[in-house]
Amino acid sequence: MNKLSVDHLHGIKFLNKSDISLIFDTASNFKEVINRPIKKVPTLRDITIANLFFENSTRTKISFELAQKRLGADVVNFSGSNSSLNKGESLIDTVNNILAMKVDMIVLRHPNPGSSILLSKHTNSCIINAGDGSHEHPTQALLDSFSIFEKIGDLKGKNILIVGDILHSRVALSNFYILNLLGANIKVSCPLSLVPRDIDKLNVSIEPNIEKALKWCDAVNILRVQRERMLKSYFPDNREYSMLFGLDLNKINHVKKDILILHPGPINRGVEITSDVVESDNSIILDQVENGVAIRMAIMYLLASKLNFTIDKS
Amino acid sequence: MPIKVLLESKKINLILSRLVCELIENHKDFNDTVLIGLQPRGVFLFNEIIKVFKNKHPDLNIKSGILDFTFFRDDFRRSEKTLSANSSQINFTIENKRIVLIDDVLFTGRSIKAAMSAIDSYGRPKSIELLVLVDRRFKREIPVEANYYGTKIDTFKGDKVKVVWDKKNINNKVFIES
Repeated sequence: MNKLSVDHLHGIKFLNKSDISLIFDTASNFKEVINRPIKKVPTLRDITIANLFFENSTRTKISFELAQKRLGADVVNFSGSNSSLNKGESLIDTVNNILAMKVDMIVLRHPNPGSSILLSKHTNSCIINAGDGSHEHPTQALLDSFSIFEKIGDLKGKNILIVGDILHSRVALSNFYILNLLGANIKVSCPLSLVPRDIDKLNVSIEPNIEKALKWCDAVNILRVQRERMLKSYFPDNREYSMLFGLDLNKINHVKKDILILHPGPINRGVEITSDVVESDNSIILDQVENGVAIRMAIMYLLASKLNFTIDKS
Repeated sequence: MPIKVLLESKKINLILSRLVCELIENHKDFNDTVLIGLQPRGVFLFNEIIKVFKNKHPDLNIKSGILDFTFFRDDFRRSEKTLSANSSQINFTIENKRIVLIDDVLFTGRSIKAAMSAIDSYGRPKSIELLVLVDRRFKREIPVEANYYGTKIDTFKGDKVKVVWDKKNINNKVFIES
């Protein structure tokens, strides 16, 4: 199997296991490419990609843009805050106007869940979801699992813990899907007010005691508290959250085993994780950033290979 | 499908020894030379050439690597199939080095063109040469020629030339499928 089963990347939910291994294999090759003295390949030189970010983003946007440039693609960037959306234009109209300029692929970040699926129904372009509200963030989950896979091999039977704001996190949901596909065991640790309903249907168990959960896991993915998505208060204050669920060296040392530490960023140091843990030997946070470029190159390469090449004979 | 065997192990071994001698004649102590096997099928020939160097000329210190040029190919998006990449292993710069690319069959020349573009990612080489086991002459679509070749053959366009490497090195063979 050397082809993705999907034409768009809306979420991990739509991928199968062989898609994941194809993406990982291709990302390994691209990781070698981005460590060469000259890091660029001309593969997508005839592809134009629009990055449409209707929500704030720093590392995802830079990572996508770098990946596109490393692949030789032409890139246009669009940010929702200074666009015609403020003049009343709809998402579909805005995108169709951009597509009329011969754009082949769209990377979309939008605050509304399902926005990438909606867009794919109204346009002919290939869509990559770079985060849709609190729904999915597939490239982040791919790079998280790829980073763990690089360090400890096959994830089948491995114990993966996710700590933080599970309720509002698209990273958590995408991680649940991919970890299930790869056969990992999943636990979450967070205030019970931040646990989504029906989480058990995704084969995820809850361990409110973080120290017990840390003893159980091989890798822990720390998520930040998403204040901007909270319409009410889910726990008393940051100090209490930090004491109970914040990852610090005391909690890590207490476990007495090597645990991989991941964080998708942005990091709120001193809240969900302390600086000494971020900079500890077990932290693979910077590996995640590097792998993010390789994973996104792989996704765009594999999706672009499904776009038919046509020469305008007129 | 009719099959015609062109080369068998004994002859292939003689050719390998001859190719190594030709390389030594031109590259002397191999101080500035790097041998590069091309993924996927050139790597088998590359491994055999390295073996001959190790067995017959153990005093020579040969620098070598493996190159995958998938992302530089000119047929991306030209077929239903996704081009699958392989790994590259070149952990050094090739700036000012004399490169010898090694592949099993030279046909249209397009792979070699892609490989020559890909190798530039590791620096600007002093020169690039090409070594192949089989040269399908008169079939070039790009002006590329081999500096070292095992054998030259005439084929029809639809023919397939296959090189099979046996793990025990007893039943290596080159054949044409028409």
